[in-house]
Amino acid sequence: MSNHANTGPAVHGIMAEFDHADKMVAAAWKANEAGYTRMDCYSPYPVGEAADAMGFKKSEMGPVMFIGGLVGATAGFLMQYFLGGVQYPVNIGGKPYMSWPMFIPITFEMMVLTAALSGVFGLIAVCGLPQLYHPTFNVPQFARASGDRFFLVIEAVDSKFDLTETRRFMDGLNADSVAEVPE
Amino acid sequence: MSTTHAPSLTIIDPLIEGKQNLTEVGSAIGDYILDQKKQPVQWWFFFAVGFVMLTVLLYAFSYLFYWGVGVWGLNVPVAWGFAIINFVWWIGIGHAGTLISAILLLLHQKWRTSINRFAETMTIFAVMCAGLFPLIHMGRPWFFYWLYPFPNVMGVWPQFRSPLVWDVFAVTTYFTVSLVFWFIGIIPDLAYLRDHAPTKLQRVIYGIFAIGWRGSAIHWRRHEKVYLMLAGLGTPLVFSVHTVVSFDFAVALVPLWHATIFPPFFVAGAIFSGFAMVIVLAIPLRRYYPRVANYITRKHLDYSAQVMFGTGMLVCFGYACEVWMAWYSHSMYERQTTWQRLFGPYGWSYWCLITCNFVIPQILWSRKMRHNDAVLMITSIFVLIGMWFERYVIVITLSREYLPSMWGRYSPTIWDWATMIGSLGLFLTLFMLFLRFLPMISMTEVRELLPKEQGGADGHSILENAP
Repeated sequence: MSNHANTGPAVHGIMAEFDHADKMVAAAWKANEAGYTRMDCYSPYPVGEAADAMGFKKSEMGPVMFIGGLVGATAGFLMQYFLGGVQYPVNIGGKPYMSWPMFIPITFEMMVLTAALSGVFGLIAVCGLPQLYHPTFNVPQFARASGDRFFLVIEAVDSKFDLTETRRFMDGLNADSVAEVPE
Repeated sequence: MSTTHAPSLTIIDPLIEGKQNLTEVGSAIGDYILDQKKQPVQWWFFFAVGFVMLTVLLYAFSYLFYWGVGVWGLNVPVAWGFAIINFVWWIGIGHAGTLISAILLLLHQKWRTSINRFAETMTIFAVMCAGLFPLIHMGRPWFFYWLYPFPNVMGVWPQFRSPLVWDVFAVTTYFTVSLVFWFIGIIPDLAYLRDHAPTKLQRVIYGIFAIGWRGSAIHWRRHEKVYLMLAGLGTPLVFSVHTVVSFDFAVALVPLWHATIFPPFFVAGAIFSGFAMVIVLAIPLRRYYPRVANYITRKHLDYSAQVMFGTGMLVCFGYACEVWMAWYSHSMYERQTTWQRLFGPYGWSYWCLITCNFVIPQILWSRKMRHNDAVLMITSIFVLIGMWFERYVIVITLSREYLPSMWGRYSPTIWDWATMIGSLGLFLTLFMLFLRFLPMISMTEVRELLPKEQGGADGHSILENAP
């Protein structure tokens, strides 16, 4: 929420629209240099430089998937070890019950399965999705964020955010349009 | 990460043709789905054909479930007939989709971009068709969950040293991972459909499946990372799946099955047949969706044909190795079974296989032939038939084992054929529905592939964007 509650209806932030990814990235860097930290860029395809400009250099998905895969591999191996060796030992051609090399394929498959699922569900969870409503959807031109337009939003939660001051700053970014995003 | 860009070079034979920009990409792909443009009349034709074949499948299933697997031609010694032939054939076809979406991504192959979506979809549907066969072969398919380890009152557990149990895990993992990989990739395109849908119903449905995607840079960075990691997981996965499928055969002591060449031979064969299916699907797409032909160009077909040809010749090397090893092993049984395979009662199927997989694809040496739609289409269909015969030849080996008492004959019944034709119908119907309701090309990735001056990102590599 804005810390300028007396400036009228609550705003989520101010949105600037661009017709090229490079312009959005340049604007994000300018906002960064102007001292803004709470912003977001929206684009129809991934623009890594925009995330860099916002200070989100590295995603947390790597460790999430690594841990997921490790847990799955361990659980998969122990499951076979326990079931094949302890719970339900079956003598097959006199081979040892704890014949670990034969457990590797399923261990591998379990690793891949759990790493992939933790990646996907991790992505959805960490991004706070599914979130069918978001304030940015209130701005009509934002429908093109999934098509051919690029947007920079400086959010009201930024400590430097001021409705008139930030608006003036964004008007100077050579954007195609600048709009307030209602909360 | 640098902000300066190298001067753009003249592009020879581009991956994307026509006058392009970000808007055009969306409308060329999306208009067919959002009813802005009518589906070509051929869509209805193929859908009708697929649907008729699907009803054949339902009829074959009903008959099978009523009478049991005895309606098939299975018998001792050939206890694995069409069911496993079709299982391996379909799952092999699926592997090209994963190769395109995962391996070519890691290898920075930009030509994967236009074909990865429909190839991944092909994978999902092909694995569904593949999975049907072991399921209905079980006799009591409603107990399929007995394949998985779960605590039960009978106190029994799967035998984890059996390749058949590995297969259950491998195929389950493969289907799940292919599905989530495909879903992660399609979310941004669903967001486009949500934002551009003319009717409320479409907005709601696509909106639900788009899970509120809004293209935030932070979300994109995570998305790219997950996508890259899934590609990294999918690469060994695709090899492991067909390796495990080959273990179903190679672990048995049947002559010519018990061979270390099986895993690589199977993987190469899978990619061979999968790319044939990609070409068989891509040529009509190019012809009947003219705006889409700007993205799936002749270059894509040419590259696919080259991959198909390359893996095909690896497979043919495998055929040579099998025969050579039989001679070199000095094993009477290997030699005798090889002789039976080549000149025995089923020898005709071996020579069909050699004709379809080795002789006919030789035409692909010629660039001119690779650029001829009709030639490429016919060659690919022959490859699909040849790869089906390969599995037939392998399975029919059971008819000539060690002792004459283990010799026998196998012939499929009409219900074997009906199930097989029906599985093609299931695939065709699902694929037509996919073309109708979902973007057949990844808009996101094609947009990224466009040059900077057309609004794209010069086809940046995902490795740069996903720290």
